[in-house]
Amino acid sequence: MPSELTVRVNGAAVSVPAGATVAVAMAISGQPCRSSVTGEPRGPLCGMGICFECRAVVNGIPHSRTCQLLCEPNMEVKTDE
Amino acid sequence: MNNYSRKRFDVLVVGGGPAGIAAAVRAAESGACVGIVDENVTPGGQIWRGGASEGPHSSEASSWLVQLKTAGVILLCGKRVFHHPEAGVLMAEGLDDVWELSYRNLVLATGARERFLPFPGWTLPNVMGAGGLQALVKSGLPIRGERVVVAGTGPLLLAVASYLRKQGAEIALICEQAAWRKLVRFAMMLIRYPEKIRQGLQLRKDIAGVPLAAGCWPVAAHGKRTLEAVTILRAGKSETVKCDYLACGFHLVPNTELPILVGCRIRNGYVQVDELQQTTVQGVFCAGEPTGIGGVALALIEGQIAGLAAAGRTSETRALFPKRERFRRFARLLDQTFCLRPELRSLPSADTLICRCEDVPYSRLREHTSWRAAKLHTRCGMGPCQGRICGPATQVLFKWNPDSVRPPVFPARVENLAAQPQSIPEVTGEPQ
Repeated sequence: MPSELTVRVNGAAVSVPAGATVAVAMAISGQPCRSSVTGEPRGPLCGMGICFECRAVVNGIPHSRTCQLLCEPNMEVKTDE
Repeated sequence: MNNYSRKRFDVLVVGGGPAGIAAAVRAAESGACVGIVDENVTPGGQIWRGGASEGPHSSEASSWLVQLKTAGVILLCGKRVFHHPEAGVLMAEGLDDVWELSYRNLVLATGARERFLPFPGWTLPNVMGAGGLQALVKSGLPIRGERVVVAGTGPLLLAVASYLRKQGAEIALICEQAAWRKLVRFAMMLIRYPEKIRQGLQLRKDIAGVPLAAGCWPVAAHGKRTLEAVTILRAGKSETVKCDYLACGFHLVPNTELPILVGCRIRNGYVQVDELQQTTVQGVFCAGEPTGIGGVALALIEGQIAGLAAAGRTSETRALFPKRERFRRFARLLDQTFCLRPELRSLPSADTLICRCEDVPYSRLREHTSWRAAKLHTRCGMGPCQGRICGPATQVLFKWNPDSVRPPVFPARVENLAAQPQSIPEVTGEPQ
């Protein structure tokens, strides 16, 4: 198993350690996970799949809780909403 | 349509943390067909996240994880329970599958989450839960060289600070809201718990040199697009500390949504259980944090009792009762020491968002007299987290109590809500 892999966050390649969650990839990319209903940038809060602040579009699936999802090679991640 | 599978268990355990693992291991020993369903990628829960590789619990964690492997427990990881359509059945969904799980007896070991208190700026990226930041670092977030302020209340703050420091973070400050006199009293009471003293001394060694302030709490987080600094209040004086992360946790809140959905009675915020850990619903047991916040030691004892009882081995539970009583006393000591001071109720300003899903500010909530009225008029608690974050905050701010739980207990995919079980054969063998 390679020690690093690459995913794309809003189109830009991000290299993450193997075993990293998608929330980590978004943090490394410097992008917020989503924009709130009044337009605030938001990132992860609870880190355990409860708060839904880290949700993003992963491989086309909206509202994916990125802190509960492991990165896979060439995953496409987009900031939600 | 997602893959629809069915599985039948003698004992089904919801939650793969210490309580759930202990319950499953004890229940499986007697040959019962036992399963654990858990939403995380691997078993261990929040406290043993990342397996047994590090932390003060490492040898205990690895011993239980090994027992779990050899006990023949069927593991359904990455599956979240969302519905209880009828007695004896739970529905769970994974990324592309849906499971109909039926059981003779059920053990609910749903754990706890952190309590978050709103203050100006708390919605900025990089303001996180204390356990939340730890979980992210365990999942690969680089923290070396980052400046972190840890704030809130409870022993978790020290554990998080110690872990982050070992990973190379610079801990700028630990703010504990409880007063020094309470902490001193707590330390003196620890004499009855030598193992807790050992853990405490180890933590103190780990965070030697890190400034720790008691009677101190955050009042505002600052930054444009992300966190840049936090203002704290210490002995009546405010000071602003630069930091990259603010890790905040105001003790823990039990996850009682699923127990409520299953029909268990709640007393004083916790699931009511008898001496066998059985809830008010026949055949449904509960163990760990949902019955009272007591930490991993209590969770392991309660889990074992629940697992033995659920497998019909009631007589073997008695030997564990004195240990349980001892750790329950410790839980009460934690509650007394780390109860939240009233000043924290006035942290939000008028425009501070309380509900982060629907962006509902404090000014709109204080017009209402109950959780239900606030929900109906402001949409507070009606976003995807279903009030799991703002509910416990409004409990502190307004003394509101959430009144009911309705299915699905977590947002689920429409096709899974509509999934029909008819004429689908039962899965045999171990699911992947």
